[in-house]
Amino acid sequence: MWQFFHKLGSPKWFFGISTRFMPWLLAGGVLLLMAGVVWGLAFAPKDYLQGNSYRIIFIHVPTAFMAQSVYIMMASAALVTLVWRMKLADVFVKAVAPVGLVLTFLALFTGAVWGKPTWGTWWIWDARLTSMLILLFLYGGVIALDRAINDEKSAARAVAVLVLVGVVNIPIIKYSVDWWNTLHQPATFKLTEKPSMPAEMWVPLLLSVLGLYLIFGWLACVRMQTEILSREQRTRWVKEFVLKGRV
Amino acid sequence: MHPIRKKRLTIVLFLLAGLSVAVALTTYALRQNINLFYDPSQISAGEAPVDVRIRAGGMVEEGSVVRDPESLKVEFLVTDYSASVPVEYVGILPDLFAEGQGIVAMGRLNNEGRFVADQVLAKHDENYMPPEVASALEKASEAGAKSATESTKSATY
Repeated sequence: MWQFFHKLGSPKWFFGISTRFMPWLLAGGVLLLMAGVVWGLAFAPKDYLQGNSYRIIFIHVPTAFMAQSVYIMMASAALVTLVWRMKLADVFVKAVAPVGLVLTFLALFTGAVWGKPTWGTWWIWDARLTSMLILLFLYGGVIALDRAINDEKSAARAVAVLVLVGVVNIPIIKYSVDWWNTLHQPATFKLTEKPSMPAEMWVPLLLSVLGLYLIFGWLACVRMQTEILSREQRTRWVKEFVLKGRV
Repeated sequence: MHPIRKKRLTIVLFLLAGLSVAVALTTYALRQNINLFYDPSQISAGEAPVDVRIRAGGMVEEGSVVRDPESLKVEFLVTDYSASVPVEYVGILPDLFAEGQGIVAMGRLNNEGRFVADQVLAKHDENYMPPEVASALEKASEAGAKSATESTKSATY
């Protein structure tokens, strides 16, 4: 197991293996996301209370879920950076932070668009919305801190500490609707119970979440490969790759 | 695992645990500020300040909505099923406003214990269902209520 773990730390090995996975990630992701979103927006039944405006759930929930999921992945990578000093973990954090930022922004934006017709307001400073805004700032802070430090190694460690400190916010986002009074409703999906919506609504939602996951995987690979090439540009394998077009 | 790595891992986990405790204590201490609104129980227990802009939230009590035919004034009771608070509001209500639906109102509590709102927001729950299912459920619960009252009648206490 440890051997695989250390192999994973080799940028060259990752570059080769990810190239093989990427077309599948992209194809599967686009397919699932299209299926989920089209099904959800056009064919799923409307809600008895909110009518058609609830359909933004098929974009809001996948982006909000991924925004938090990406942060948890980043935090795991940050732990690896701090403890094992693995270069690839830092490459991951650097590559996915902007993706997380965009996802968080989309979650907040679609939430505001949904909030106006249902709640009657674009924004309210309740615990869920505020903690999600903090997540947006955390992503921004991670990107800024990384850019602010020139030395690659010190940047990696400083960023990893910030990411790990920020991970405290994730359970706060998740449980904000249970711990405090909020305008945002509690979770529809719980691990231990049946979802409080019928299958013809949650299946397309699940498809779009899975699709977005795969597309995120593809995007992470693309951005990590770019980062690896620019970091390792002086090594022999990168020079050979540029000349031959393959690893 | 290498001893140095083990040491680093311990330090990181220790720091994370400490940080979590700090954040938990802070948010626990600030919980009344983090709560978006006061429950009707808190208001009737006198926990909410009088004549300060606050939010009150709960369910609109069934059959309590009174609309003034001359103006946009609405009066209703907000309840959490253990206490209720009268609310008055002048303005346009959100589409989801209905009896039995959750709301959050912004306004001031006056000396008589009435809540004078200047903004009413609708709160919806986490349940979604197609309209047909909702109406079928409603019919079923009406039938259930009917049979329940019948069984109460026949039961001797």
